[in-house]
Amino acid sequence: MDTGQEGRMRLPEESCTLVAVGAGPAGLCAAREAAACGVRTTVLDENDKGGGQLIKQIHRFFGSREHGAGKRGFEIALELAEDCANAGAEIRLNHRVLGFFEDGRLLVEGDFIYVLEAKAVVLATGALERSFPFPGWTLPGVMGAGAAQTLVNVHGVLPGKRAVLVGSGNVGLIVAYQLLQAGMEVVGILEVEDRVGGYEVHESRVRREGVPIYLRHRLLAVEGLEGVEAVLAKDLEKGTVKRFHADTLCLAVGMIPQAELASMRGCRMVFVRELGGFIPWHDGDMRTDRPGVYVAGDAAGVEEASIAMDEGRLAGVAALEDLGALSPNEARKRKEELKRRLNLLRGGAAGRPRAMAKERLAAGWRHR
Amino acid sequence: MAEKEMRVEKHPVLGVMGRGRRVTIFLDGEPITACEGEPVAAALYAAGRRVTRYTRKGHEARGPFCMIGRCTECSMVLEGWGMVRTCMTPVREGMRIWTPGRKGG
Repeated sequence: MDTGQEGRMRLPEESCTLVAVGAGPAGLCAAREAAACGVRTTVLDENDKGGGQLIKQIHRFFGSREHGAGKRGFEIALELAEDCANAGAEIRLNHRVLGFFEDGRLLVEGDFIYVLEAKAVVLATGALERSFPFPGWTLPGVMGAGAAQTLVNVHGVLPGKRAVLVGSGNVGLIVAYQLLQAGMEVVGILEVEDRVGGYEVHESRVRREGVPIYLRHRLLAVEGLEGVEAVLAKDLEKGTVKRFHADTLCLAVGMIPQAELASMRGCRMVFVRELGGFIPWHDGDMRTDRPGVYVAGDAAGVEEASIAMDEGRLAGVAALEDLGALSPNEARKRKEELKRRLNLLRGGAAGRPRAMAKERLAAGWRHR
Repeated sequence: MAEKEMRVEKHPVLGVMGRGRRVTIFLDGEPITACEGEPVAAALYAAGRRVTRYTRKGHEARGPFCMIGRCTECSMVLEGWGMVRTCMTPVREGMRIWTPGRKGG
């Protein structure tokens, strides 16, 4: 390592035009837009595979052809990474971003630590699974449903033998089914509401396998000495307590956006309940309030993979426009098309509150 | 829990799952069979071990929560290196892992 005159460590420096942080659907799509336009583009991700959380999705996706409908998540992940690399972007896996300074430089750790300077940075850092406190919530064996999914579908390892899931949204239903596919027993799914949260197609699949869905049941506690041994739930109708013999409890109760880098950079952060928590404020083109900093995907509000892809493309186009790499006319055309698609994706009853929250943000709305 | 039971041998969608070669790692000095390249946390699960650390104040057992490098609940000591997130650290032959806060270790 070089030592400067003052005896301070000098880190190697590098520059490129656009950097996407995160090689999930949002980051890969943003980088692909930029690279396809001839802009020098780098994607950074701390994992050893590209594709983000798509790599653990083994079910077929719905929706439109542009978003990979009919394909399994891990297949879409491979395609997105391939498209991005073919467009000319450099994807650096096993590279972790340690810092994003107010002068716009990134501190990155690969085989060594270096400084990366870019004219445009798209933050596509995803989300973290939500938890909530209850007696026993920190015991080994209590994990995110997505964590169990990673274990079985990516690493081929079972988290335990008998699982209880909390939450009957799509994640809970899909993961319950995938645990069964991997050879685990699913004792039941707890749902505090009086109806199942996820799509009927996912619900009927777990019901066909004989997995009971306990509606109006609240998780009370998890018992065990050095790991989960039993799960207690309260039947809210009868007031009785059920006890399940299980060694694994999977929480499928939502996600929290992960955008610490934006906050480190000095971006204005806003709390938006409909989008999962604190997110960097962004306009309708995914620009944050810091010049040259964009956000896309779950880090800009927890939604779904197809939305992350189009938000990534939108952030890429906005960055190209600001860099002068696209004519204002061409940029406008592309943005209009992407916004049309995003509106369609948020068209359902579940999507409307998120669409409205995004509109409020774009209109300059600050706090609730 | 026997190791064989905790690995998915044949998956209805994914088929026979590809794995790295079998190697030995050491958990608190005890040999454990693992597959090269898989995260240490996954190798421990496969061996039926899910305690990754004990808390300093209450000596409570903790285990992996997110498996994607965000929550740090799976942090353990990798000998010759320091504290690592075991869900993000690939298995290498002969690596020695220690459980932070373990008593009588």
